Amino acid sequence: MNVVTPLKKLTPADFATDQEVRWCPGCGDYAILKAMQRTLVDIGATKENTVFISGIGCAARFPYYMATYGFHTIHGRAPSVGTGIKLANPDLDVWVITGDGDALSIGGNHLLHVLRRNVNLQVLLFNNEIYGLTKGQYSPTSRAGTRSPSTPLGSIENPVSAAALALGAGARFVARSVDTMQKHLPVIFKRAHDHNGTSFVEIFQNCIVYNDEVFAEFTAKNVADDAEIILEHGQPLIFGKQKNRGLRVRSGFIELEAVTIGEDGMTEEDILIHDETNRALAGMLALLEPPSMPVAIGVLYCDPGSSYEDGVKDHMDEALKHSSGHDINALLRRGHTWTITG
Amino acid sequence: MPRVTALKEDPPESLQRQELGSAVVRFAGDSGDGMQFIGSQFTQSTALCSNDLATFPDFPAEIRAPAGTTFGVSAFQINFGATVIKTSGDDCDMVVAMNPAALKVVLPELKLAGLILVDSGTFTERNLHKAHYDTNPLEDGSLTPYRLIELDISAMTLEAVKEFGLGKKEALRCKNMWTLGLVYWMYDRDRQVTIDWLNVKFTNLPDLAAANIAALKAGHAFGETAEIPDGVHGFSIGKADIAPGEYRTVTGAEALSWGLVAGAKLAGLKMTFCSYPITPASSLLHTLCNLMDYDVVTFQAEDEIAAVCTAIGASYAGSLGITSSSGPGIALKAEAIGLAISAELPLIVVNSQRAGPSTGMPTKTEQSDLHQAVFGRNADSPLVVVASRSPSDCFDVAIEAVRLSVKYMTPAILLTDGYIGNAAEPWLIPDFESFESFPVEFRTNPEGYQPFLRDEKTLARPWATPGTPGLEHRIGGLEKDFDTGHISYDSANHQRMTEIRVAKINGIANDIPLQTVEEGDDKGEMAVVGWGSTFGPINRAVNALRDEGGKVSHIHIRHIWPLPKNLGDLLEGFDQVLVPELNKGQLSTVLRSQYLTDAQTLSKVSGQPFKISEIEAAIRDRLEK
Repeated sequence: MNVVTPLKKLTPADFATDQEVRWCPGCGDYAILKAMQRTLVDIGATKENTVFISGIGCAARFPYYMATYGFHTIHGRAPSVGTGIKLANPDLDVWVITGDGDALSIGGNHLLHVLRRNVNLQVLLFNNEIYGLTKGQYSPTSRAGTRSPSTPLGSIENPVSAAALALGAGARFVARSVDTMQKHLPVIFKRAHDHNGTSFVEIFQNCIVYNDEVFAEFTAKNVADDAEIILEHGQPLIFGKQKNRGLRVRSGFIELEAVTIGEDGMTEEDILIHDETNRALAGMLALLEPPSMPVAIGVLYCDPGSSYEDGVKDHMDEALKHSSGHDINALLRRGHTWTITG
Repeated sequence: MPRVTALKEDPPESLQRQELGSAVVRFAGDSGDGMQFIGSQFTQSTALCSNDLATFPDFPAEIRAPAGTTFGVSAFQINFGATVIKTSGDDCDMVVAMNPAALKVVLPELKLAGLILVDSGTFTERNLHKAHYDTNPLEDGSLTPYRLIELDISAMTLEAVKEFGLGKKEALRCKNMWTLGLVYWMYDRDRQVTIDWLNVKFTNLPDLAAANIAALKAGHAFGETAEIPDGVHGFSIGKADIAPGEYRTVTGAEALSWGLVAGAKLAGLKMTFCSYPITPASSLLHTLCNLMDYDVVTFQAEDEIAAVCTAIGASYAGSLGITSSSGPGIALKAEAIGLAISAELPLIVVNSQRAGPSTGMPTKTEQSDLHQAVFGRNADSPLVVVASRSPSDCFDVAIEAVRLSVKYMTPAILLTDGYIGNAAEPWLIPDFESFESFPVEFRTNPEGYQPFLRDEKTLARPWATPGTPGLEHRIGGLEKDFDTGHISYDSANHQRMTEIRVAKINGIANDIPLQTVEEGDDKGEMAVVGWGSTFGPINRAVNALRDEGGKVSHIHIRHIWPLPKNLGDLLEGFDQVLVPELNKGQLSTVLRSQYLTDAQTLSKVSGQPFKISEIEAAIRDRLEK
């Protein structure tokens, strides 16, 4: 009788490399790395089929710490390298690790196009609103007035909203989480992984050295319940320590307002139900900002469509139906030829 | 109506066709006049007459410039004959000008006493004004050094197609066919190839097919029946001595595309071709996107950088990643090419060179990216550079680029140019079975693996692709440790890694053919050294001087980097080294630096290929000194 040896179940440690992690002590990236290693176990990923691609920046060191395949590429171009990998081998599970400078500044164009093409990979954007690796200059997500080595008088640019930009680019999966949310991150990573097409995840990540506590106004333990709203598909958009705050459409306007259940005659019935397939709602959720509104965390939008690779495969399959068996001699003789006799 | 001079009294003798060894004809008209089309049809028909030939399509920069302007003139030149051809010809024996602007543009290309065929119906005051003619050149005597055939082709075309009930605009579109018909008659070509083509092209528009065919036949019949002015009774050109076999005409873009497909097949790889549209490189993308049935994946990227990075990603995952552009686009790819050098991944980069710097002259040819290819990256970043010399040569060079790239895990830049890409020549179609395959062996054995292990002979690292169990590894643009492949900032290690990257590329010199001499002896008074599309004119010029007894040889370099290992010794056998280049002396700078040879530059950067006579004169000038 054959004895089938059960496959050894991998543990998070199996996804860690022997390389010394070189992020600053206390960097939010450690927590994200840990959450990813746990997620890969949870989703039953194999090391050989998983690929982490990064550009340049602190976040871009991520692949060196994952015992999978990894490619640390050049600044801003990871979505393109990832696209090439998926074109060559659509069966690979590709995770693009990027930061706010990498994805939204030097690589802004590639982010736009990977999202609109809907290449089946995951983009994790570690947003710390600062350039860390180059020592603290303001980034495209830095709020106006950010003082940095390159903006001693405060930055005068308006920041870009990563999630709103992703929606505008045609992303079909947009989610958010926070580096410290160790239970939430794996859930979001798993959702991103399961989605067919590009999954865009913005992770608010604390840079302890150059931008410490930049998200504290909504992520700090003592304010998070009131300053964040955790989205659940099909559930009312309720938040707050007392679970008595909620979002609804302001009467007579195309905008959301935060109301308190039990005040001004508000009941739970008045609160909007989160529908992650509703693009217009996702757009409004993406733009909610403290202090007047809670920051939306979770899956803002998920509406799967066919991926870029699906389209390529359809075209290839159709073409291969008429294939001459890759006969190069036949290719060279396509069209008009003539013979000279000796 | 045509101004036809009165029939002469003694026709028989003079009506015989005049025998020519070869002829250069240039068709010119508005970019909407279909000159490229009749040029390619004339090429097909000429090939069927067993003439050797070479063509030169010369496009305007504007897609549809205002009609009648000189900057909207599109031209197609063909050199054909009973002799060996190799170039599209120096000065023209005949020009066809569909309007005054075309006449103005092509006239400087015409030999004295050369033939001019014009559509006099277009020589209106308005068109003369648009072409900046103060007086009508058909009437002011300025064309007396030439033989002028002025026919109202517009009117005769309208007459020929009137039974098909086309609108005037549509009917006038057939005048290129009328013209082609007449030129077919003049050079004794067969019309059938064009008739067949029209019937296929307009399968669903039989009236249009019939009108075009009627115009073609009317032009031909005009030649047969009417007396053409200036004593022209048509020409005949004997068959060239052409090796037996199956032939086709091929453009550089076609041969290059097919060569890449063939190279991938010989390597046993799928191909991922990633490109951003740019003139004159786009024709590769257009050709390859129709070859999905050959397992070719094409990807139109959002920009040049995305194109090269997608190709690198494809190579990383085990496909043959290829990107293609022209000079300005290659500049944008430089950083990513450096990544492929550092990560030691195969990558083919095709550069269809054009006149620069910056945007330069996109539709005009130049060979000015040699330094960019060999040196144009940050740091010490060697790679392979090969160059094609003619349209059909692109096939072999593409295969060679693929062979070296996958065998040595290195980017390879293939230099071609706008002229080669668009030009066509007859091609003795090779038997693919005669090419030696070079199948890639991906690493699968985890035993002792690290990503930067090196093959002792080639110094190439193993190609291990994601999806292979046990070979999970991390690579990137940071310096790697020689022994482990991990990130390393160690100074001695960087020295060692830099040395080995250089040694790997230099070692390829042992794996490429020795430099041969195309024409002449391996010693003599002068070596004329070329690369790329200057092959034809250099070869013809050297031949001409050798016929006069000159001790001149032609050396043409395919492997630009590394150079063939005998090249230095070979050059030492000559008193002088002359390098004709369509740039300010890029190959000659390399030869001087590599071999301390006094290589002299013959430079031309007018956007046009060399004329044979220009190179001949330069050689003669130096030999006489």
